[in-house]
Amino acid sequence: METVLAFLIGFLYAAGVYAMLRRSIIKLVIGLMLMGQATNLLIFTAGGLTRAQAPLVEPGQTIPPAIHADPLPEALILTAIVISFGVLAFMLVLVHRAYQTVGTDDLDKLKGTDS
Amino acid sequence: MNVLIISPVIIPFTTAIILLLLFKLKSVQRYISLIGSLVSLGISISLLVHTIDSGILSVQIGNWPAPYGITIVSDLFSAIMVVMTALMSLTVNIYSMIDIDTKRIQYGYFPLINILLMGVNGAFLTGDIFNLYVWFEVMLMSSFVLMVLGGERKQMEGAVKYVTLNLISSALFLAGLGILYGEIGTLNMADIAYTLRATADATVTGSTAMLFFIAFGIKAAIFPLFFWLPASYHTPPASVSALFAGLLTKVGVYSLIRSFTLFFVQDATFFHEFMIIIAGFTMLTGVLGAASQFEFRRVLSFHIISQIGYMIMGLGIFTPLAIAGSIFFLIHNMITKTNLFFISGVVYRLKGSYELKKLGGLYASHPWLSIFLVISAFSLAGLPPLSGFWAKFALIKAGLQSQDYPIVFIALFVSMLTLFSMVKIWAEAFWKKQPSQKNDFKSKLSARDYIVMIIPIGMLALLAVAIGIGFEPLMNICMKAASQLLNPELYIQSILGGYPK
Repeated sequence: METVLAFLIGFLYAAGVYAMLRRSIIKLVIGLMLMGQATNLLIFTAGGLTRAQAPLVEPGQTIPPAIHADPLPEALILTAIVISFGVLAFMLVLVHRAYQTVGTDDLDKLKGTDS
Repeated sequence: MNVLIISPVIIPFTTAIILLLLFKLKSVQRYISLIGSLVSLGISISLLVHTIDSGILSVQIGNWPAPYGITIVSDLFSAIMVVMTALMSLTVNIYSMIDIDTKRIQYGYFPLINILLMGVNGAFLTGDIFNLYVWFEVMLMSSFVLMVLGGERKQMEGAVKYVTLNLISSALFLAGLGILYGEIGTLNMADIAYTLRATADATVTGSTAMLFFIAFGIKAAIFPLFFWLPASYHTPPASVSALFAGLLTKVGVYSLIRSFTLFFVQDATFFHEFMIIIAGFTMLTGVLGAASQFEFRRVLSFHIISQIGYMIMGLGIFTPLAIAGSIFFLIHNMITKTNLFFISGVVYRLKGSYELKKLGGLYASHPWLSIFLVISAFSLAGLPPLSGFWAKFALIKAGLQSQDYPIVFIALFVSMLTLFSMVKIWAEAFWKKQPSQKNDFKSKLSARDYIVMIIPIGMLALLAVAIGIGFEPLMNICMKAASQLLNPELYIQSILGGYPK
């Protein structure tokens, strides 16, 4: 399972970087999104995959069973998803305003402040 | 005591909430934000005093014992940075009273800078690596909005680059900390330091350390990751540029120093040499960029990059004196850099342009502004007896002691080029006569407004002189902070307490 996920993460990173290197400003946003998702999956995989062992304390016990899935990576991913959701919303508005103000969606033409 | 440690985060947050409640009262907002920053300054100075008196302070949020809960830590380095943040916030608030137009206030300028300060203080004080990521995002979100507030064309163009590069940096940081968690199963910074020292497996930390280095490096604008900075920092109003120049890249440097003194010490020789090389390139490219520019704020933006090189150099040399020098340099740079951006804003108000070619004659018409510029500019270049001299003196002495001669040579050479481009600003904007055909601009800045704008500039210039003359007490504090950073046992002990030895 880890191997499959590792390939998926690699593919998502590659797709994200490829989309970011395109000239269209919308593809830049899509690329950033893909990279964010790849990172979330990376945390998930690096945190260790344990199937069908919820970290729940059985009635009468004080600690969860010896083998249980670590819930912390999920908590981290959840936080990261919420943050990236907010950032994505901002990014879309920014891109829209930039398009309205500058009049182009070509990143090669957004060079007014470079030199 | 516990409240004191988290209050640098709480106070800007409370101020922001009050400001949001008074969203319509535009003129009142200025004063409330100013009061908030004064309270912050008082609280953070008392935090610094407590930290000097009683060593590293920490508080466990929600009383979850470390390493399970989130820890807020104030060691000397953090406390110094929090005081500097409060000082920057005070001066920026005074300056913004005039510099920020009512339209920007209407769109929430003052709540945003308070949220930004909350994020910055949170990043300085947190003792949890994931929490650091969250504070970064708080800081970034408000900086994104501050960057585009006003919606001018150049702001939009700068913001697209700024936002993209910072998001990539956040993604890399998140990936790094995910892998780190997967390897050692903890997020508490003291616990990470303890576990990594106990297991000491350089192959595990190597990739994570590099991911962290690149992520923080993008935020700190080191070579070759700095391109977003000169493309965006000159686009927003001067007070926003000044705030960003004083605080945001410094958070990146803070995180680099923190993570490479606290946990990534296994593969030290490689990383220290690597950092020294990077520092040399950062200094050189930054200062050469500055030398080629003729726009006031772009010259200053490139100088931010070259000054970051000095701080990384201190981290790379990695002796107590070098780390103290880096911290001293951070303090000095926050003061002078913010001040130079303030001055550029006043010059823009007076002459209607940031282009050095179109400026001139300011020494004759505004002598006080010119004196403050000379102080800040020469302090940046490192002339004695100003603050920059001692910062560079400490770093170069440390470099000579550890026999890193090439980097010492580069640092001195870059100082000279810094002086060259500061003299360029002085000669073009202040000393030469106003080019006669190009001065059809009528300044709308009244005498009263000019005085309000010059107050923070004067404060920071006097501070640069005061640090230069009475540098010893401050250097002693920096040395203590450096010894705390280089002996992380204290840090680990004070947070984990009786946790397995």
